[in-house]
Amino acid sequence: MMKRHPNTLLLAAWIACAAAASTGTLPGAPVPLGLPPADYPADNPQTPEKIALGQKLFEDKRFSSTGEVSCATCHAVEKAFTDSPLSVSEGIHKLTGTRNAPTVVNSAYFEKLFWDGRSPSLEDQALHPFVNPVEMGLDDHQPILDIVRADPDYARQFRTVFAKSGAAVTMQEVTQAIAAFERTQIAGDSPFDRWYFGGDAGALTEAQKRGFDLFVNQGRCVSCHVVEQTQAIFTDNRFHNVGVGINNIQEDVPGLAAEFLKAEATLSEVDVKVLTDKRTSELGRFAISRGLDDLGSFKTPTLRNVALTAPYMHDGSLKTLREVMEHYNHGGVTREGDPVNDFLSGGIRPLNLTEAQIDDLVAFMEALTSSQYAHSTPPAGSK
Amino acid sequence: MCRCHVSTRRGFLKGAGACAVVSTLPMSMVELAFADSRRNFTFAYISDSHIQQIKGTQFVRNWDRGLIRAVAETNLLDPKPDFVVFGGDLAQLGKKEEIDHGAAMLAKLDYKYHCVMGEHDYYLDLGEYWSKLFGPHYYSWDHKGVHFVTLNSILTYEDWTHKRWPTAMQRMVEMAGLDNPNGSPFMVGEAQCDWLRKDLENVPKDTPIVLFSHSPIQKIYKGWNFWTEDAEQVQALLQPFDNVTVVYGHVHQIQYNQIGNISFHAVMATAWPWPYPQSYAQAESHLPKLTVPMNRADPFFERDATGWQLIDLDTGRVAMRYNLYNNTNRAVAFNPKTGQPEDTVFQAPQSRIDAQIHY
Repeated sequence: MMKRHPNTLLLAAWIACAAAASTGTLPGAPVPLGLPPADYPADNPQTPEKIALGQKLFEDKRFSSTGEVSCATCHAVEKAFTDSPLSVSEGIHKLTGTRNAPTVVNSAYFEKLFWDGRSPSLEDQALHPFVNPVEMGLDDHQPILDIVRADPDYARQFRTVFAKSGAAVTMQEVTQAIAAFERTQIAGDSPFDRWYFGGDAGALTEAQKRGFDLFVNQGRCVSCHVVEQTQAIFTDNRFHNVGVGINNIQEDVPGLAAEFLKAEATLSEVDVKVLTDKRTSELGRFAISRGLDDLGSFKTPTLRNVALTAPYMHDGSLKTLREVMEHYNHGGVTREGDPVNDFLSGGIRPLNLTEAQIDDLVAFMEALTSSQYAHSTPPAGSK
Repeated sequence: MCRCHVSTRRGFLKGAGACAVVSTLPMSMVELAFADSRRNFTFAYISDSHIQQIKGTQFVRNWDRGLIRAVAETNLLDPKPDFVVFGGDLAQLGKKEEIDHGAAMLAKLDYKYHCVMGEHDYYLDLGEYWSKLFGPHYYSWDHKGVHFVTLNSILTYEDWTHKRWPTAMQRMVEMAGLDNPNGSPFMVGEAQCDWLRKDLENVPKDTPIVLFSHSPIQKIYKGWNFWTEDAEQVQALLQPFDNVTVVYGHVHQIQYNQIGNISFHAVMATAWPWPYPQSYAQAESHLPKLTVPMNRADPFFERDATGWQLIDLDTGRVAMRYNLYNNTNRAVAFNPKTGQPEDTVFQAPQSRIDAQIHY
């Protein structure tokens, strides 16, 4: 018994340290209400020092061609790690991409990264925005390595965390540190969690409770935004054509798709192509998998803290949660009566929700804000 | 038909693993280097759309979406298929409105297409309106050295068809039912068998034959008419040929089998999946032993367990690539080593994905 105390104390110190470096947790720490334990890759274990290094890299603007853009530019902590209210992200020289910045919060639970899932891990994902011409705009990763090898603070931190210095520090260590920081950003403990998993009957309003009933029944939301008996990450980690984006390029699909069917592109070619050409972007996961089932499909985003991250969908084309509900209520078209795209997911169909039911669903979405973001303000015009 | 091309195909079969040809997705087809590569070709197969009128211009959305999607995807194929076959049951109750609505969707195909008669197209007006749009009920043609035959296999006894029902619509509805004691088994009938015998008389025995029917020309499960009453007579006409494939719809699921020289392949519906008879049978079912069943469908995704097919004849035998929504695509091809069609990935029991037994 006596021997345990130092260990417990050490763990407590670890947690305190991590909390100081970020708002997240380390393995072994209690998981927020409503979330499962996160999976940490065996080859990139979490340490407080690595997390602190990762946060510093995440916020460093020197890793862009103009010195003005960092990861945090589009994934800002005060905006639940998005760039709300922008529709699509702004990189160097205010250049815009084609997609709405997804949140970093709870990305520890995502099986694939980017809206089209073209990256298999947070470590790999972190490589690409640095060198995308409309994001951070570097020609290659060398300027990053030059800085982290020469800067005395970075050099000291990489020695401490990875026992490496000079040329031994590569993008592998840089991206491992960034991913370790990102994995600390987990957030559960919303009013919904306190009601559904915590048994606090007063945590939700009556409208929010009705909204949850619609969420799992008539609204059919839960089939993709998964809620389980003991936890809810609100995503199935899969890809669906829900009639956003592709609806605008229906006539062009054969021509655009043919380019990808004829020649296999490398991941970095696809990365540039989908973020710089809006029409190609709308092919969604098809541009990666070349599977017909993936035409116009994008990853199911988590709904946690969704009230803080307007506008919505992969292209930020829907301004409010109400507009999102109406889009689904119409069976995958934004304006009722518009043509449905030929490749629409089989799960999407008209829902026959009333105005009052849509209000209840929106109210339920507002019950998904985690305690640490409870005092954040939703962007103007998002309600 | 030139013999040398057939022997080229046989040479290929002996010299290389035919399975490698079809193990890829429909979209990344491998081109084979035949001496005369102009003879390689593919065609697409769409079937069982069951377009159903609710009233006026209102149709069942789910079935519409299935056919619309299959047509749109088929149009994206590269390399382009030589033609498309629609495998029957375009309509649900044989109504002009349903056949017209379905024909309008098929008209969006970028390719020439051939149609097979299904019982849902037939039993209202005995195929009269269908025939105005799509031509004869049975016919044959040659394409790049392969002899294609289309049969109307969903006929039944004269008495049942002409003398039993007070209205045409009642006849249609009775034939549309499953496990219906008022139903009647499908058959090809003597007239068509005579026509087929004559049609095949002048075809050399080493010419590949590909025959399309709506019902299986084999006996699987009578209660759902996964059945053709005179299947043995039709098979007997086909057995003298070295290399015969029968492709059928109606069963809305993956099935395949080998009887003598005849390979059988079923195609998916675009409308809905049927369960496997062995999982449901209230009577004896003869689901072919070779068949690796699909997993059960996820009821949320209306397209799950539906799909369409891309077929290549590069080996002179049908290689069936199933384009399956919400599922891993599959390919079933003739394995020259075992002399039967096999799933190119999942045939061996240890290669299969365990079936879900509970949602």
